Amino acid sequence: MKNQESRSSSCAACKALKRRCTPNCQFAPYFRSDETKKFAKVHKVFGASNFSKILNEVAEEQREDAVNSLVYEAEVRLRDPIYGCIGAIASLEKKMVELEHDLMLARARLAFCVNQPSSFLNEHGNMAPCVQDIPVSSGMVEAFNQNSFYFDQFSHLPFL
Amino acid sequence: MASTRCAACKYLRRRCPSDCIFSLYFPSNNPQRFAYVHKIFGASNVGKMLQDLPVHRRADAADSLYYEAHCRIKDPVYGCVGIINILHQEIHNVQCQIAKIQAEIAFLGTHAQSDQQLQIAPNLDPNFLAEQKGLSNSFDDSSTWFF
Repeated sequence: MKNQESRSSSCAACKALKRRCTPNCQFAPYFRSDETKKFAKVHKVFGASNFSKILNEVAEEQREDAVNSLVYEAEVRLRDPIYGCIGAIASLEKKMVELEHDLMLARARLAFCVNQPSSFLNEHGNMAPCVQDIPVSSGMVEAFNQNSFYFDQFSHLPFL
Repeated sequence: MASTRCAACKYLRRRCPSDCIFSLYFPSNNPQRFAYVHKIFGASNVGKMLQDLPVHRRADAADSLYYEAHCRIKDPVYGCVGIINILHQEIHNVQCQIAKIQAEIAFLGTHAQSDQQLQIAPNLDPNFLAEQKGLSNSFDDSSTWFF
């Protein structure tokens, strides 16, 4: 009976590690007993010992955020064992560069249209091309400065 | 005889075998690289991850593990997930700016059209034109347009 009680109240971490879950278990607040997959991801990527050390370095009020970010990082790493979160960062950086390029184009078009209001209408009195939808960049980044802090660190990675 | 151990085996204080999984990716001249990766992921986990990958992908994997470890050491709470969140926000901000500019261009275009209508059809019902302008004027408060 006592064993059943302790088993049923074990957190997912202690279940996975096959140990008794103590009342002051470090993992219990973040891994309910039914969250075995959540802990398994973190265990596989970081290991229980490293995970515990990382948590200990963080103030208690920030530990939940730390656990969530570590779980997310582990998930992404398991989905993409080669690039993990760095792949996601590189994709977002690339998208950012494309959007900044689009923004530059949009501003230029607006400036042109403001300075030359007659350009709005063609000879038939219809909207001229400059007021049509600005095309989203197709991914071709022309001569454009990539001056991003995050991008510079990863710019040598081949998928960029 | 100079030591030819890789940074990992030096750190772990063991002999570096000829088929050491770490030696190609953690050279002895960069001890910090392995130290960071070991601190966050652990040597055993890193070895398994590299082992599970085809040989030609291991270098990139080692690089990305190092960068992730570096981010986590710099920011123990959010690591590189913090960077992902910031980038998502920045992307959203730029998309909003682009949409705003598109709306401004469209608004200016609508104005230009209705001004031209006034010129070519001065007998048009002035209430109708005022209504058109009133709809356009609702774009003036650009700060709340999208929310």
